[in-house]
Amino acid sequence: MILASLSKLSRLQFALTAMYHWLFVPLTIGLGFIMAIMESRYVRTGDPFWKKSAKFWMKIFAVNFAIGVATGIILEFQFGTNWSNYSWFVGDIFGAPLAIEGIFAFFLESTFFAIMFFGWNKVSKRVHLLSTWLVAIGTILSAFWILIANGWMQFPVGMVFNPDSARNEMVDFWAIVTSPVALNKFLHTVANCFVLGSIVVIGISSWYLLKKREERFALSSIRIASIFGLISLLLLIGSGDGSAFHVAKKQPMKLAAMEGLYRGEEGTPIVAFGLLNHNKRVEDIEANPEKFASEKPYLFKISIPYGLSLLVDRKLDSYVPGIEDILEGGYLYTNRFGEEVVAPPMSERMAKGKLAIEALANYKEASTVGNEEAKNLYRQQLEENFSHFGYGFLEREIDSIPNIPLTFYSFHLMVALGFYFLLFLAVTIYLDRKRMLAQSRWFHFVAIMTVPLVYLCSELGWVVSEVGRQPWTIQDLLTVNASLSGVSSSMVATTTTLFFILFTLLLAAELTIMFKVIKKGPQIDDNN
Amino acid sequence: MALLKRIWLFYYEGFKGMTLGKTLWTIILIKLAIMFLILRPFFFKRELRNFPTEREKGEYVIDQLTKPKTHIWQLSNNQKKNKYDISFIIKAL
Repeated sequence: MILASLSKLSRLQFALTAMYHWLFVPLTIGLGFIMAIMESRYVRTGDPFWKKSAKFWMKIFAVNFAIGVATGIILEFQFGTNWSNYSWFVGDIFGAPLAIEGIFAFFLESTFFAIMFFGWNKVSKRVHLLSTWLVAIGTILSAFWILIANGWMQFPVGMVFNPDSARNEMVDFWAIVTSPVALNKFLHTVANCFVLGSIVVIGISSWYLLKKREERFALSSIRIASIFGLISLLLLIGSGDGSAFHVAKKQPMKLAAMEGLYRGEEGTPIVAFGLLNHNKRVEDIEANPEKFASEKPYLFKISIPYGLSLLVDRKLDSYVPGIEDILEGGYLYTNRFGEEVVAPPMSERMAKGKLAIEALANYKEASTVGNEEAKNLYRQQLEENFSHFGYGFLEREIDSIPNIPLTFYSFHLMVALGFYFLLFLAVTIYLDRKRMLAQSRWFHFVAIMTVPLVYLCSELGWVVSEVGRQPWTIQDLLTVNASLSGVSSSMVATTTTLFFILFTLLLAAELTIMFKVIKKGPQIDDNN
Repeated sequence: MALLKRIWLFYYEGFKGMTLGKTLWTIILIKLAIMFLILRPFFFKRELRNFPTEREKGEYVIDQLTKPKTHIWQLSNNQKKNKYDISFIIKAL
């Protein structure tokens, strides 16, 4: 009972701080490139209009960066306090990318940040432009290393477990850095940031058009942002497809939850829109199998035939396992080594996991008494079953299933918003081409209201990624419950409350300062 | 030496000339002070700091991973019944 409440509170705290952190990061990354593009135009054309435009977006960038900076450090605090087993277990795998991020990317940003803000009229145009681009690139490098770390959690590679220290030790740095899951996640996340930055620029610019202010600035900003945003959105959709492809291979339960798929078939359709039947509860799989079998998965759905098979395997007739199929096993799938094997039932995975945990305990005992023969025996048992280590922590088979409604609705809402943004950006470019932007008041309202939607979409992506991977902190190797520290629930509740207050104040400060900056505007004479 | 002086003057004049930047830096410094002087030392003590050597840290984590408290399949029936007692969770919140 203590474990259940501590687990829920620790997860809540991490989720809260991560979601707050993610309010600031995407705009930093997205806006970085937009301001660099504008300054590039200034250097190329010599038109001071572009310099003033770039400087205005740099102000917005600075406000967002200043409020957001160090919000990620709280997450690192939590690793040591709430998740000490996890922190130790991941060894240098997690720490190395974070260290590289801090040393390399952050210093790059910080150094050239000063030149970007203080260097106008002090360094040459080209040096200043280079600094702006390096700040923008620095933000992406930061994202790269963080996402390499997160990608490893979803698909652990390049390591060997050391039973003497109970740590995973990196043996192949490049396998971690070039993990297809991590690279795809990086592309998808950065593309999301570019789209968010673009839509925020369009939203703020539309506000100026609504107020009949700064017309040339607003129209120019919208033109650049809409084209940049549309290109980024195409990358986002492509990498989203890639994400689903990798999730299907490496995290099939996550994919099944994303689709609310209980029973797979050859030529599985994809749900375009659906309402889940909340009477179909995973608890009934064990508690009341007859009721579970009798309840339909959806109250209503619109499907695209063969869509899921095409998405996950690029073939119309591929078999995609559902939740029950994954619990029962027996279907053919491609394992992490690229071999086509029969999926074992969950009960077998849990049994192997228990063997691995017992082997670790026995190995430690044998080490203590100096029994080398027993050590070798248990080491071999551990190595043979290590790939199922995390399953030994599961209490019931159904504990391997993430929260289906949250994963399903987050995924589908995220995709729906993504296609809305495609339409929105296409319409923006169309109106711009037709020289209708300035007078289309309906568009100005739509653009402003699209800004919170892009933030929502951005957060939903992380909900899918991180709620969908439950119960794992490290896929197949470590569960959330096994990752926890022995801190008290009341301490976690206290710090969660403190964070909520601190981060809400920061957000309020950002919005207040941001709105003041926007209200003041770039103050570019429209006649220039 | 001249280069160092130029770099110093660059930053000094830059910070001195800030307007919005002063507000932002104030927020940054307050935030960092709260995080590192209050939150970190009083609320976010690393659990493994109690074990001075790497070996002791490793042994503690092995115990955490392999001992019964995390494994319901080793608990008694009464302990299993209390595992998901919702009233306790509410009290803890």
